[in-house]
Amino acid sequence: MLEIKNIHKTFNEGTINEKKVFEGLSLTLEDGDFVTVIGGNGAGKSTMLNIVAGAYPVDEGQVIIDGVDVTKLPEFKRAKYIGRVFQDPRMGTASDMWVEENMSIADSRGHTRGVRWAIRGKDRAKYREQLKMLDLGLEDRLTTKMGLLSGGQRQAITLLMAAMKKPKLLLLDEHTAALDPKTAAKVLEITDKLIQENGLTALMVTHNMRDAIAHGNRIIMMNAGKIVLDIKGEEKKKLTVEALLAEFTKASGAEFSNDRALLS
Amino acid sequence: MEILMNWLGTIPGAVGQGLVWGIMAIGLYITFKVLDLADLTVDGSICTGAAVCTVLLTKGVNIWIAILGAIVAGIVAGFITGLLHTALGIPAILAGILTQLMLWSVNLLIMDSKANIALSRFKYGDKVLISAGSSNIYETLAILAGFVIVLIAILYWFFGTEMGMSLRSTGCNLEMSRAQGINTNMTKVFGLALSNGVVALAGALLAQQQGAADINMGRGAIVIGLAAVIVGEALFQKKTTNFALRLFFVVCGAIIYWLVFQTVIFIGLPNELLKMLSAIVVALFLGVPYLKSHIIKKKKKEKEAVKNA
Repeated sequence: MLEIKNIHKTFNEGTINEKKVFEGLSLTLEDGDFVTVIGGNGAGKSTMLNIVAGAYPVDEGQVIIDGVDVTKLPEFKRAKYIGRVFQDPRMGTASDMWVEENMSIADSRGHTRGVRWAIRGKDRAKYREQLKMLDLGLEDRLTTKMGLLSGGQRQAITLLMAAMKKPKLLLLDEHTAALDPKTAAKVLEITDKLIQENGLTALMVTHNMRDAIAHGNRIIMMNAGKIVLDIKGEEKKKLTVEALLAEFTKASGAEFSNDRALLS
Repeated sequence: MEILMNWLGTIPGAVGQGLVWGIMAIGLYITFKVLDLADLTVDGSICTGAAVCTVLLTKGVNIWIAILGAIVAGIVAGFITGLLHTALGIPAILAGILTQLMLWSVNLLIMDSKANIALSRFKYGDKVLISAGSSNIYETLAILAGFVIVLIAILYWFFGTEMGMSLRSTGCNLEMSRAQGINTNMTKVFGLALSNGVVALAGALLAQQQGAADINMGRGAIVIGLAAVIVGEALFQKKTTNFALRLFFVVCGAIIYWLVFQTVIFIGLPNELLKMLSAIVVALFLGVPYLKSHIIKKKKKEKEAVKNA
């Protein structure tokens, strides 16, 4: 479903701040893979997601989604294939617009936006139905401004919006990191549900090792722009946080340098 | 008593001014509020609208076609600002200033190098739609109100369409808009073109209302438009999130602005000071909410400091 081939990426090339992030990163996701991504700060997790989404151009290499080479496509054109949820709950929705208006924007993703009235009766019914599934009481708040909702509510709606058009790929960039533990658990539960019901292929970056083990069918660990660990299927189910930390030390030759991951 | 009657006599004129500038302010609302761009093109495009309409009228063209011509000219001006901003990466505010400067020359070319072209030789009911000065004032007001209502209805419809939604989300959240597949460069160009088309329409009406197109008529237009937008928001903002009503309040803002101004003139403030007064009013309306939030924050901090002590 997703092929990342031999990606090279350097930020601020030729300056004193030059930072080589990737020197030949490759990763292939099968159809229906739900891959969790862990790794220390600066390992390149978010950069990888941004490269797949088209937010950053690559110096070299290819990104192929479902057989289509999207390397040269701008971000907005890739949106046809990709649903995204960001770390900051404010980033995934338009604060000054209503809940139903936000959802209608996601509903138009992938086709030309013309002068058709955006929200008609049957759309509203559909949105209400989808919001009901979240079980957050949002189905009665279609005309509430997005900015008035809590971070968890907004993130849940962003998830709905990302999954709405059944994208070929769902990119989740630490989408529960800004939420309190209880809300985070709820949003993860919704994530699982949406991915399963729609049969999506997903990449989820997380700082929480427990979450990374509990969710998805495959886990990869990144360090210094490389994938240092790739475990799937039965083997993944048996993983523990301790084993993961040991693997990390072995693979990278360093201690896992992230307190948040250890504490959580 | 006589003074009061005289003052009351200035009200219809002020409302007429307010309606025309309200249309201009609606144009500005599209860029300033919906797209979150400060577009200075408008100082030029309002004059372009006036110039095109006036010149076409003097050439014997039908008024409706002259107005349409003005709108198209405004759309082209906005389109150019949009291209400067998106295709060449020039900051929006500078792109607007560049187009505005270009328009100065363009406007002179349109007006055949004259600084002023009078429309007054056309009698009301003959060729122009609204009359200059105070003659037939109530008919003028009715026609202008008609323009405002039709414009708000069209814009309300447009911003409810898929395309309109994409313009609104572009102004609200660029990241999200791109992630949802919106070509944000295109929506910005479109919004700037639409906005300047509306502003040029205001220019065409203004020329008829003032009985002339003048090369200087756009100077400071953005400030008057902003004043209308800000006054309208400040007075009625909390009442509604309905888009059509918000546009209506912008027009109310423009009317209030002109009522205040007529009053100030009536009291005897010299004309020269009017532009300064407009600028001060806008600065106050923009600055006061900022200062307020600062003071509130400071007080909060002080309270917390007391608590922690």
